Amino acid sequence: MTDTSGEKRGMQAFETVLSKQDTRVAEFEVHARSPLQMLQHFLHANPTAVPAIVLVLGVAVFSAIVGPRFYSAFNLSLILQQVTIICIIGVAQTLIVLTAGIDLSVGAVMVLCSVIMGKLAVALGLPVPVAFAAGLATGAACGAFNGLLVVRLKLPPFIVTLGTWSIFFSLNLWYSGAQTIRSQDVAKVAPFLQWLGTPVDLLGARLTYGTFFMLGLVAIVWYVLNRTALGRHIYAVGDDPDAARLAGIRTDKVLFAVYVAAGVICALGAWALIGRIGSISPQAGQTANLDSITAVVIGGASLFGGRGSIVGTLIGALIVGVSRSGLALSGVDVLWQEFAVGSLIIVAVTLDQWIRKVSA
Amino acid sequence: MSTTSISPDNGVRRPLIEARGLVKRYGRVTALDHADFDLYPGEILAVIGDNGAGKSSLIRALSGALVPDEGEIRFDGKPVQFRSPLDAQAAGIETVYQSLALAPGLSIADNLFLGRELRKPGVLGQVFRMLDRKTMQRMAREKLTELGLMTVQSINQPVETLSGGQRQGIAVARATAFGSRVVILDEPTAALGVKESRRVLELILDVRRRGIAVVLISHNMPHVFEIADRIHIHRLGRRLTVVQPSACTMSDAVALMTGARAPQDMAA
Repeated sequence: MTDTSGEKRGMQAFETVLSKQDTRVAEFEVHARSPLQMLQHFLHANPTAVPAIVLVLGVAVFSAIVGPRFYSAFNLSLILQQVTIICIIGVAQTLIVLTAGIDLSVGAVMVLCSVIMGKLAVALGLPVPVAFAAGLATGAACGAFNGLLVVRLKLPPFIVTLGTWSIFFSLNLWYSGAQTIRSQDVAKVAPFLQWLGTPVDLLGARLTYGTFFMLGLVAIVWYVLNRTALGRHIYAVGDDPDAARLAGIRTDKVLFAVYVAAGVICALGAWALIGRIGSISPQAGQTANLDSITAVVIGGASLFGGRGSIVGTLIGALIVGVSRSGLALSGVDVLWQEFAVGSLIIVAVTLDQWIRKVSA
Repeated sequence: MSTTSISPDNGVRRPLIEARGLVKRYGRVTALDHADFDLYPGEILAVIGDNGAGKSSLIRALSGALVPDEGEIRFDGKPVQFRSPLDAQAAGIETVYQSLALAPGLSIADNLFLGRELRKPGVLGQVFRMLDRKTMQRMAREKLTELGLMTVQSINQPVETLSGGQRQGIAVARATAFGSRVVILDEPTAALGVKESRRVLELILDVRRRGIAVVLISHNMPHVFEIADRIHIHRLGRRLTVVQPSACTMSDAVALMTGARAPQDMAA
């Protein structure tokens, strides 16, 4: 039974029949796929295709229903302005979601940072660069706090950020004294904080510096995620943390870096927020938390980690903007806008589950 | 009873990995009880043992995933202390875990270079940290071709779209791609069908042909007896004995590793 004779070595007796087998099986079988399976494979290979198609369809449908009022350069650029904040916060959220986490505190971090920037510059009269840097540092500190709790204490990100959401929001109310800093005061003392709100008129479209800032941020984060080792490691950590660790990746460092980066991006979002609304209110950006998750999910990222793209999040945010604007211009009640966005989320997650089941 | 090691030739060759008296305790459980281990250059050494015999602990100690409480490991004659898998990798010991440790959503090329990506030369790489994707893809393609694994469609397809045997191939390719001297394979055929197992066994023989020593942990006796040069039998946390497949039957080996027979009875 032990196969030690020379000529037989290399194959067990029960395997000798294998030489007569057709060898094609060891290779990729080109089996006939139904159109549905082909679609599933296409979407699996191109995860950003779904939101892109939905966005194009959305624009087409609303253009047909509403007409020029919707597809005018002015309205389309307005949508772009409206989604700027959600998209920036969505970029931060995407980083967290890629590591199989979720950050419920992003909105609170953004508002806290805007209040710090405004209060230091306007109320306390500190130099604007100092106030701005303090805002960024606050964002980094909030992210580091979340990251420490997730990485060191190994708490679930959902619970950590649920807690810090309340903590950061309370700090924000306490520090601001629940007072809004008026837009004209900001403009007088610290116009730099409103700089991203500077309008740019372009062929009938009205954009702001904030829009370009958002696109630049998307480009930078896209580069980091797709063209650097850190980016690949972020995907690997979210995909399979054990595999990443065994491959020699310092998963705790990567995770911590992601939370800090998300905090800083939220602080940049605070800057864009001041530019957008002019004033600095502790009550602003209340919906940014869930809106950012909505943009990420509709953009095709998987809440199980390791799958998703930054371009998807940009498109996801645009889909939300387009459907809100389209429905509003169609004269549909606001409550149905929320209904539509909610339905989009369910459809997006269902689609993600289906795509993930792709057969090899 | 001293462990009688049968060296592959006349005992002149120095072991590549030599471990003496490894001890690892987990509370009151002793996973390694003064275990010895020898691996010679260019050989395939199979490690067999019943469940709970301490095979995994032994392998984890050699691959840096576990730090033994006592004992010493020599690599190429020099004492080494592996604090993490990275230390072992740096020394040239690569491990293919049973779970394969691949990121399913990343591409084949990304997985091959995971944790040791190549950056572009010059400013692009140093300042902008840009990855040299072209070179990595080319090297990945070359590596897979060398190992006869070029049945994949594209080097950029995600690993999750590959079959079990192909994934095993990718994991082996990763372990041999970076100038390693020892590859440890943990149950490489356990999850595979007959045909895929055959390909993996051929892959292991190919790895040996390239001068890399292989440690093969397996429960599959026919596979062990087919490709191993020597068989390390582990029992109750230590090396019971080392046998040569030509001088021992499978039932002898099973009797030894389950304690049905003591090594001294084997003297023939």
